[in-house]
Amino acid sequence: MPDSTSTSGTRHDEAVRALASVPRVPGAPKPDPILVVDGVKRSFGGLTAVDVQHVEIQRGAITALVGPNGAGKTTFFNLLTGFDTPDTGQWLFDGKDLAGMPAYKVARLGMIRTFQLTKALSKMTVIDNMRLGAKNQIGERMIPAILGLWKSQEVAVTEKADELLARFKLFEKRADFAGSLSGGQRKLLEMARALMTDPTMVMLDEPMAGVNPALTQSLLEHIKDLREQGMTVLFVEHDMDVVRDISDWVIVMAQGSVIAEGPPDEVMRDEAVITAYLGGHHDKALTASGVSYTEEASQ
Amino acid sequence: MDWSYILAVMVTSAFGLQAIVFGLAAIGINIQFGYTGLLNFGQAAFMAVGGYSVAVVVVEFGWSFWVGVPIGIIAAILLALLLGIPTLRLRADYLAIVTIAAAEIIRLILRSVTFKELFGGSDGRQAFADGFFALSPYPDDAAISIGPAVINDQQLWTYTVGWLLVALALLITWLLVRSPWGRVVKGIREDEDAVRSLGKNVFAYKMQALVLGGVFGALAGFITAIGAQNVNPDVFKTDATFFAYAILILGGAARVFGPLLGTIIFWAVFQGTDVFLREGIDAGLPIISLMDGTQAAVLRVMLVGLGIMLLMIYRPQGILGDRRELALDAR
Ligand SMILES: Nc1ncnc2c1ncn2[C@@H]1O[C@H](COP(=O)(O)OP(=O)(O)OP(=O)(O)O)[C@@H](O)[C@H]1O
Ligand SMILES: [Mg+2]
Repeated sequence: MPDSTSTSGTRHDEAVRALASVPRVPGAPKPDPILVVDGVKRSFGGLTAVDVQHVEIQRGAITALVGPNGAGKTTFFNLLTGFDTPDTGQWLFDGKDLAGMPAYKVARLGMIRTFQLTKALSKMTVIDNMRLGAKNQIGERMIPAILGLWKSQEVAVTEKADELLARFKLFEKRADFAGSLSGGQRKLLEMARALMTDPTMVMLDEPMAGVNPALTQSLLEHIKDLREQGMTVLFVEHDMDVVRDISDWVIVMAQGSVIAEGPPDEVMRDEAVITAYLGGHHDKALTASGVSYTEEASQ
Repeated sequence: MDWSYILAVMVTSAFGLQAIVFGLAAIGINIQFGYTGLLNFGQAAFMAVGGYSVAVVVVEFGWSFWVGVPIGIIAAILLALLLGIPTLRLRADYLAIVTIAAAEIIRLILRSVTFKELFGGSDGRQAFADGFFALSPYPDDAAISIGPAVINDQQLWTYTVGWLLVALALLITWLLVRSPWGRVVKGIREDEDAVRSLGKNVFAYKMQALVLGGVFGALAGFITAIGAQNVNPDVFKTDATFFAYAILILGGAARVFGPLLGTIIFWAVFQGTDVFLREGIDAGLPIISLMDGTQAAVLRVMLVGLGIMLLMIYRPQGILGDRRELALDAR
């Protein structure tokens, strides 16, 4: 049994220390939550897609949200970020009530999400995709745009975009249409673009889906990097090895509800989790044995 | 066959009243549809609002023509808000349905007996543009002749102002689409959720595009009214909207100069075929002379339809469009 994973960095140690004393039960209170969710429920017709009693996300940590297909993870993301409206429930982000807030305002508050089906804007160049992410651009208002008052800010925005592109190994592609990128490169672009907004919390919906193993490794490094820069990360992932590799905490959803929480190693030994995933009697842990759920079909 | 006459008609049409009017209308649609992806099928209504504003203000209220201009612009803005508020949050097709219906409703109100006092019913309104021509710097006897066609001083003034408006609308378009504002609306055209997720108020941008394109439509309405010295509900039928779309697609959507090139070529060819067919009938050309004038008029509309079909098959991006952008759609 390996007692430590390859996860590294000072913020990681901090997060692990902070979470050490958190009880391993669904809805456990965290020492410093950035997001607190209460009674969020969403049904489609007769089907209850999401029914989360209570959940808290620790600030500055990487939290993985896992669960079988159809567990409600994407729907939960949509609800939290204002892309969908819950039947009931409220949630506080950094102390601010987000219920009923439109998606763009949620994003402006610093809670940025990416999409399971990548949304690169394919008819725009890579660099323009990036520039679009920058906040508070004066040239995005009609009159200053016509008057050309945005030129100097554009230089700064482009500089920042180029830096991020270099970090995500996309700099050579900057002038290409985003539509000419490979699936994995689009995932990278979408993530880099999200970072242009200077988020405080990043929510990634299957950032690794369809990405080859070599690229996965560099994506993982990027995600760890976000934590080192002080961001909070919540990500959905099916590959348990990936989850174990980078997350400080794991939340497990099944049939719309949170069924377990804890550090990766402990959660993956949890009886309820194994049952939810494998739907039967199993005495093996979810990783190490190689059971992983990388999902490519959705692409 | 009088080729010089045909050529003269083509040149005067390429730069004449219709070219200006539909150029402006198409520039508006280019902002809305070309860049932002909004299907406004009611551009004729914005033209009508502009045209009738100047007409009614002068004829009914006895105010200056120049009071009618800001009123027309404000009315176009209000119309855009009225159409946009309920529909812009919904899927794109809703706007298309609502605008096409609203344009018909407005046209039917304009020609209705109930409002005949105000709008003049199916006769429309005449003789309101004196205030406009009073500002003309051209002497009364000014005239330009292009072959057999003669352009008088009033037409000259109308065309001058009209082309200046086209230039202004193109300049605004050019400044906007190269700015971060243009980047946001192009993003919205492709995937509005992606843009929303980056903190942009998508609804506000769509509304701005709808309003700006609608104001350009109102400008087109002013020129229509001035040029004909007449507004009439049947000028603002849905056909007008589709002519503007045809022009935009011909020239190239989402290209700043697409509508300009489109309108010049469209009117040169459209009016050119008309005189060619009529000349051909008179000259007893084979096949063509089997028709009479009425049939020829219908035939040219069919030829336009055929031309647009061929264009969509062989050059769907229009004359100025970028094929790469279209090819990416398939991915
Ligand atoms: N718009 C919708 N209309 C109807 N049902 C929906 C809708 N969106 C999601 N659902 C249903 O809600 C449930 C949860 O879906 P969701 O996409 O959130 O699952 P998920 O956990 O993200 O799954 P995956 O791992 O496959 O991405 C599913 O049963 C799905 O069929
Ligand atoms: Mg999902």
